[in-house]
Amino acid sequence: MNKISIVIIPLIVLFIVFYGYKKKVNIYEAFLSGAKEGLVSTFNIFPTLIAMVFAINIFLKSNFITFVLGFLKPIFKFLSIPLEILPMALLRPISGSSTLVIMSNLFEQFGPDSFVGRLASILQGCTDTTFYVMTLYFGSIKILKTRYALKVGLFADLCGIVAAFIIANLFF
Amino acid sequence: MINVIWGVMIAIGIIYGLLSGNINAINNEIITSGKKGLDMILEMLPILVIWMGLMKIAEDSGLLKKIANLFYPLLSKLFPSVPKGNKALGYIASNVAVNMMGLGSAATPFGLKAMEELQAINPQKDKASEAMITFLVLNTSGVTLIPTTVISLRMLNGSANPTEIILPAILATVCASIGGLTLDYLIRRRHR
Repeated sequence: MNKISIVIIPLIVLFIVFYGYKKKVNIYEAFLSGAKEGLVSTFNIFPTLIAMVFAINIFLKSNFITFVLGFLKPIFKFLSIPLEILPMALLRPISGSSTLVIMSNLFEQFGPDSFVGRLASILQGCTDTTFYVMTLYFGSIKILKTRYALKVGLFADLCGIVAAFIIANLFF
Repeated sequence: MINVIWGVMIAIGIIYGLLSGNINAINNEIITSGKKGLDMILEMLPILVIWMGLMKIAEDSGLLKKIANLFYPLLSKLFPSVPKGNKALGYIASNVAVNMMGLGSAATPFGLKAMEELQAINPQKDKASEAMITFLVLNTSGVTLIPTTVISLRMLNGSANPTEIILPAILATVCASIGGLTLDYLIRRRHR
């Protein structure tokens, strides 16, 4: 598995360069002009990313999530969903790094082969961090009016979380 | 909507922090969060520069157009507003393919280029187009076939079978994508 991912990137790079050379593209010049665009993109993303990190981290550090968890516990108990997974499900769209930490803690506490451990793995693997992706992609092209993007993105996350739980029950 | 959420996150964070006596942590966060953002950017910068350089070669050599045309029958259903042969489709196809292989960091530059091309055909430059939102959903519901980070963490924690979650994760991903794309489709139809 890991061996495949290790060779894939070098092969992609080789193929792009070779194909460009064969088609008589000035590959070095093309690379440089693209690289310059990369600088501009990063520069455009910078303010939006800082704005997001700023708001998300203030929100996370206030522990408001723990407060919300208190209200959600009875619902989760009723649906017989393990409570330990709750913070992860709530944080998944907001912060990829914090769900990774939670998952890692769950692995240490219950083991990766426990039901909670498997559920956490599926959750982490099944969706990306919606807020982060949105910030990055819209920030780079200076889109300010995002319309229904967040709504649809969060709905996809919800579908993923619900599906992860049902599928984990079916599989394990 | 993002306007409201951004404000609400800050307001809730600070007010709840004041009420719960956790304001020290908040204060700290306000000072240090800029540094965290800068670290993320610094991590991203070299990757973006290198991949956008390589992508320019792929673009100039016509490779990208080839990929776009290859996947056109499928992509035209998802992105009816993007004309055939548009570079955006090539970048979208590449982004999804690289994402599927679990190479998240290499997928980002393709995604950014796709957005850039979509922006070129967007009539209102400050407003997200329908195609952009569809692409975003496709991306956030994360069509990852091999979640490499999760597998390596499972391995590290001594799982007997670290890869057993691949199939369930793919199924959950597919559910997330279908759910998101369906809602996206319904909203788009209502807008007409």
